[in-house]
Amino acid sequence: MNPNQLIGKRGTADSHPMEDFLRMDRMPHIWCSTCGLGTVLTAFIGAVQESAIPREDVVVVSGIGCTGRAAGYLKYDSFHTTHGRAIPYATGLKVANPRLKLCLISGDGDLVSIGGNHLIHAARRNMDLTVICVNNFNYAMTGGQAAPTTPQTAQATTAPYGAFERPFNIPFLVDSCGATYVARWTALHVRQLTVAIKEALLHRGFSFIEVISPCPTVYARRNRLGSGLDLMKFYHDHSITKNFASTRECDIKFQQDIIVGKFVQKEEPTYLDMMDAQMKKTLGAKFVPYVGPMDPAKDK
Amino acid sequence: MNQKKRGPVLTGAHYLDGDHACAEGAIAAGCRFMAGYPITPSTEVAERLAERFPKIGGTFIQMEDELASIAAVLGGAWSGAKAMTVTSGPGFSLMQENIGLGVMTETPCVVVNVQRGGPSTGLPTLTGQQDMMQARWGSHGDYEIIALSPSSPQECFDLTVTCFNLSEKYRVPVMFMMDECVGHMTEKVVIPAADEIEVWPRRWYRGPKDKYLPYEPDKDGVPPMIRAGDDHRVHITGLTHDQRGYPIITAECQHLCVSRLSDKIRNNADDLMIVKEEQIEGADVVVVAYGISARVATKAIGDARKKGIKVGFLRLITVWPFPEKKIRELAGKVKCLVMPEINLGQMYREMDRAAGGKCKTLLVPHCGGWVHDPNDILKAILEGAK
Amino acid sequence: MKYWRKPLDAESKKAPHGNVHVIFERCKGCGFCIAYCPKQVLEVSDEYNRKGYHPPVVAHPENCVNCRLCEALCPEFAIWNTLDEKEATAEPGPVKEGR
Repeated sequence: MNPNQLIGKRGTADSHPMEDFLRMDRMPHIWCSTCGLGTVLTAFIGAVQESAIPREDVVVVSGIGCTGRAAGYLKYDSFHTTHGRAIPYATGLKVANPRLKLCLISGDGDLVSIGGNHLIHAARRNMDLTVICVNNFNYAMTGGQAAPTTPQTAQATTAPYGAFERPFNIPFLVDSCGATYVARWTALHVRQLTVAIKEALLHRGFSFIEVISPCPTVYARRNRLGSGLDLMKFYHDHSITKNFASTRECDIKFQQDIIVGKFVQKEEPTYLDMMDAQMKKTLGAKFVPYVGPMDPAKDK
Repeated sequence: MNQKKRGPVLTGAHYLDGDHACAEGAIAAGCRFMAGYPITPSTEVAERLAERFPKIGGTFIQMEDELASIAAVLGGAWSGAKAMTVTSGPGFSLMQENIGLGVMTETPCVVVNVQRGGPSTGLPTLTGQQDMMQARWGSHGDYEIIALSPSSPQECFDLTVTCFNLSEKYRVPVMFMMDECVGHMTEKVVIPAADEIEVWPRRWYRGPKDKYLPYEPDKDGVPPMIRAGDDHRVHITGLTHDQRGYPIITAECQHLCVSRLSDKIRNNADDLMIVKEEQIEGADVVVVAYGISARVATKAIGDARKKGIKVGFLRLITVWPFPEKKIRELAGKVKCLVMPEINLGQMYREMDRAAGGKCKTLLVPHCGGWVHDPNDILKAILEGAK
Repeated sequence: MKYWRKPLDAESKKAPHGNVHVIFERCKGCGFCIAYCPKQVLEVSDEYNRKGYHPPVVAHPENCVNCRLCEALCPEFAIWNTLDEKEATAEPGPVKEGR
């Protein structure tokens, strides 16, 4: 799909084209002026429309944090779960009803720190989930604490003298655990991001998209990086698109070039494929495939 | 080997241990989704389901830890499946946060805790009844929970079905408080025919999709449920929420949201109370016990009756909500209430509180690792009869 | 728009024209749309909205080509384009060459 194509439903003169997919009774959202999260939502909604996945199949799961609030604004079946546990919650939803299309939208702290164990196992299993990890390099909702993604020398409230821990290179992490679709874009690359989300939604297996997004009120302010618009200009000048780059080389140093692009895209059997295949192989005719969830029409 | 094709329910007389009976109970109740993590002494439940499910259309996933297990169970329940997990003390501790999420989002599911000696790693292979208070208070915040305790492998089967039924009726996670002794004890378990087992349906919402409010309660205080994927476009959150499910961060909303969660259990405590009484009328001493301790107590009670003491026996099957009314009533009629437990006094505190000083209360504690010596319980009964 | 060389089908093609719609009160003044509009259609308005921000004003509506980038970038769902159907059928205009 060409990123320059017009994406998503077109609007009318009276209403924004995405209002039907948003909980307008909860607008305006809580995100700060120049935060990139609203942009991530427009990319997500546009991608879901372009993918033509039936609306009732789309389920959004999020964790805790600024990004975690995304589930609350999207008008699909959405679940705002506990800190770090969005991935296993989504795994439960998926395995109990394989028809569903699980989309996770959560932050770097939620997915990679407290949720790290779940992230690596879901990638290892090639669980059919689409994970959008919005990386703003800190724990923003709680005031700007250091996260495992905070670059060395950056300032955070729990690293007041500068972060010194080596941060995660998230694409490398999920790639090494077996993710079959890995991409990184910034909030500025909204068109490429929309295309990536669409590809990830249609991809069978564990898809992971890291979105570098500005955090004006906390990360940018503490590190004197200006507003979110200044950060977007930084992304404009410092992102280098390298599709299929080795994820090993995609680490992010403080205020230096960011490699973006689609790094990994491969077709491999998903968790459910492998489970069914193994059962068939061992049990033969005795295997009874999962009957699916209860049907309200029959459960009386 | 009987080659006749039969349904998933293992009808017939079997020689099973409590863990295996619990797994069969789950199958009989219609559970077809299980997410677990191995921990002694509960692992056999997961192992049996891992083996049985692929032959009956269920799905089992071993998660990476207990936190993931309970999260997956909640997700599975929202997909429309009857979902269960099993664990023991250390895993139960890990699950508490998401049990709280289950309570707050009113997710029906069953959490089985095959208790062992604690605290911490404790006695992995030996019995205890030391998580009883944790079942009620383990997660943060105010809430009420339903917990049942079996005393035999037969009850492990029967009460697992009851746990699923109650979780559906009250839209709350139900804690099944087994213990290692009952879990690893092998006895005769009779499994009835599938159509003779009472399995309650989920409280499905059947109205127009766009009018669905996830937390608008029915008359009994419990809201009807939907499953994800049916275009209700519902939002479910652990934040304090209103009837639409939207988070409202105010004291008023907290009052409305949280008090209903507790009221739906408290107001139905009578309906939830399952106890077994024996010779309570005219008794001087009543032994109140649950789980494996109840089995041991029967020996002590028999010995005391031989000595001419009028001893009654109240066996608790529902441990939470605690049958306060029953105890209060009993306390006015007897000299003493004796409770043996394999802990240093947990349900005893509830009993003592409910008795309100109207009679003596005696605890027969045990640190765990084995069952009581019946003579210790007998001594307490004799003491109470004075 | 300046071209490196004149496109071979310039005589028969015409860029679409779009209308820009702004929900004044929704804007939180991030400036993304103004900074990244490829045709510099938008400018910061002098007026304040109720939230205290300066929403964009459509300074050069004739230049909008309905690219919908403002719509995609806006975090507040406050700006979008609609295609000006009438203009789409009009005759192509002259193409300026040069770097």
